[in-house]
Amino acid sequence: MPEAHDRPPETFTLRLRRFDPDSGEAPYWDEHTVQLEPHRSVLEAVLQAKDRDDGSIGIRCSCRQAICGSCGVRVNGEPALACHTHLDAARAGARDGVIEIEPMGNMPVIKDLIVDMDAVHWKKIQRVTPWLLPKQPVPEREYIVSKESMVDVTQTMACIQCGACVSDCLAMEVDPGFVGPAALAKAYRFVGDPRDEERFERLNDLAQDPQGLFDCTHCFKCVQACPKDVNPMGQIMRLRRIATADHHIVDRNNGERHEAAFASLVKDNGLLWEAELLPRSYGGNSWFGKLAPAAGRELLASLPTAIKGLVRGKMGPLSAIKPPHRLAREDLKAVQAIYDKVESRPERYELNLYVVGEDEAPQAEPAGAAAGGAEGSAER
Amino acid sequence: MKVAYWPGCVSRGFTPELHGSMAKVAPLLDIELVELDRACCTGAGVIAEHNQELADTLNARTFALAQQVDGAAMMMNICSTCQGAQSECQERLDANSEYRAHVNDTLAGEGLSYEKGLTNKNFLWLLVEEIGLERLRSLVRRPLTNLKVGPFYGCYIVRPRERLGIDSERPRDRYLEQVIETLGGSVIEYAGMRKCCGFPIITMNKQASLKQAGRHLGDAIDADADCLVTPCPLCHLNLDLQQPTASKVVGRQLGMPVLHLPQLVGLALGLDPKELGLTRHVVRPTAVIDWSSSVVAAAA
Repeated sequence: MPEAHDRPPETFTLRLRRFDPDSGEAPYWDEHTVQLEPHRSVLEAVLQAKDRDDGSIGIRCSCRQAICGSCGVRVNGEPALACHTHLDAARAGARDGVIEIEPMGNMPVIKDLIVDMDAVHWKKIQRVTPWLLPKQPVPEREYIVSKESMVDVTQTMACIQCGACVSDCLAMEVDPGFVGPAALAKAYRFVGDPRDEERFERLNDLAQDPQGLFDCTHCFKCVQACPKDVNPMGQIMRLRRIATADHHIVDRNNGERHEAAFASLVKDNGLLWEAELLPRSYGGNSWFGKLAPAAGRELLASLPTAIKGLVRGKMGPLSAIKPPHRLAREDLKAVQAIYDKVESRPERYELNLYVVGEDEAPQAEPAGAAAGGAEGSAER
Repeated sequence: MKVAYWPGCVSRGFTPELHGSMAKVAPLLDIELVELDRACCTGAGVIAEHNQELADTLNARTFALAQQVDGAAMMMNICSTCQGAQSECQERLDANSEYRAHVNDTLAGEGLSYEKGLTNKNFLWLLVEEIGLERLRSLVRRPLTNLKVGPFYGCYIVRPRERLGIDSERPRDRYLEQVIETLGGSVIEYAGMRKCCGFPIITMNKQASLKQAGRHLGDAIDADADCLVTPCPLCHLNLDLQQPTASKVVGRQLGMPVLHLPQLVGLALGLDPKELGLTRHVVRPTAVIDWSSSVVAAAA
């Protein structure tokens, strides 16, 4: 079989989502066929349809090489850069052989495939003070920082502001005020920068915001959506770790308490004691947490759910008083020894694969099975 | 086949019918479950959010215990969230030998060590990849004829694709559909089938959390599903236990039964609905039970 770029032009069918809010008409689907080599991009196909069939098709683009971030769309329901998606791959992923192209989600449509990035994405980016607030006094020459700390923040600097993660964010889908993955990744870019003066203030601001740091629903959509491996959710989790473990920020959203309660319930029992997690997340991380007013209100509100669970035998009546399951003494001691050793380290030890890389190529067998071995270093 | 079996916490806590139904179904599929009763919680991503090394070490201990099970072909779990949390830790442990040695040093006190190369599969993956759809089809005693089932995966078992080994050769994010069809049911596709149930933020933002659950349930109703099936007990908590509250949040009647994967398989393999714990759900899967008992009655 010839190389992709040697193959002759083929016919591809596109199904475009068209919408002009000014027209007063509802959105509709519009099909076009184009003739292009299979290694050409979805963007080239849309531009050919616009050039030959219908000049009114709206799409935003500029660099055509996955650098400017202008042509974010959804191809077959998944976020993508139109210029970075090959036609043959897009057709292979299509439900019925027709490549479906829609505007991104979570942002209003201006026309056809063009969304209003300014109304959503850029407002959220501005929300996180996206510039360095330099440590004082500013040195006469340059700041001297470790190489690792700069490599670390380059992961978030790789963001091209295409909006793919914003488009796919499931928390934003139900809570449009959520600061969102792109902006929080940008926040990490400065929180992780040793030259920044206001690390604590940035973290505290985002942790206390009910639609901030603890509003992420942990769905990995942004991780999957990002064409530049920024790993926004990973950055959000790191922000949470730094806010809670390093700066002991107790937020108004139960984020810190939930985390602390979860970790200590597993330390005490080896397994999770679900009935105790809720009161502690609201009232504070101890058995007495449930007596706090905030916990009382929540427990009262949850009473109908709890009663239903009891009636259906999902939980025993004693599960509110003692854990339903616990590891045997020896195993619990071993688990607690792990906690003690790891938590007594002067600094959290965190492997960042983006910084250190993998020391061996993973084999085809994923999510478990064996692969080879080699060397590498860990500390960030 | 013999597996080192990690049931997770919630399957033995708030959704005991999951653990129970897995125990009933396993012998019918010739799966020998050796329960990892010495292993601790995976941390469900929350312990990793608190301290990454702690989560990696706790899970490395579980992996090491699994590797000690004599004759086990692999480790198996019945929880999407456990799968995702364990896969994330395993990715770091397997990627870097120095880090693995560092973590193993903590386990050394107990005489344990994790060696790179554990295979850990959710029951869904094991069903399709190890048992095989053809064999599963041959074991069906009570086909799910006319039962319209909506899949609900849970985020942790479908994203990120690379970490979870999902590709065109192993379309693990399509397996629920394949299993439903193999058991004789009809697949109902709806908007929320690979979205988030909202459970991770139930204590942080209850409205947003239950709005997610409520919307997906509503979408499934609009798509004419009789019930949903999920491989994730945490999704089950938000979709079933919290369904009455979710109904208020989204302002519509719901009443959508949600089955655990082993329950759906068990029904098709001829087990009794009550034995599978179907009476323990908040939203009683009446449609399913009526349907299955009438088929049983007809067969008898």
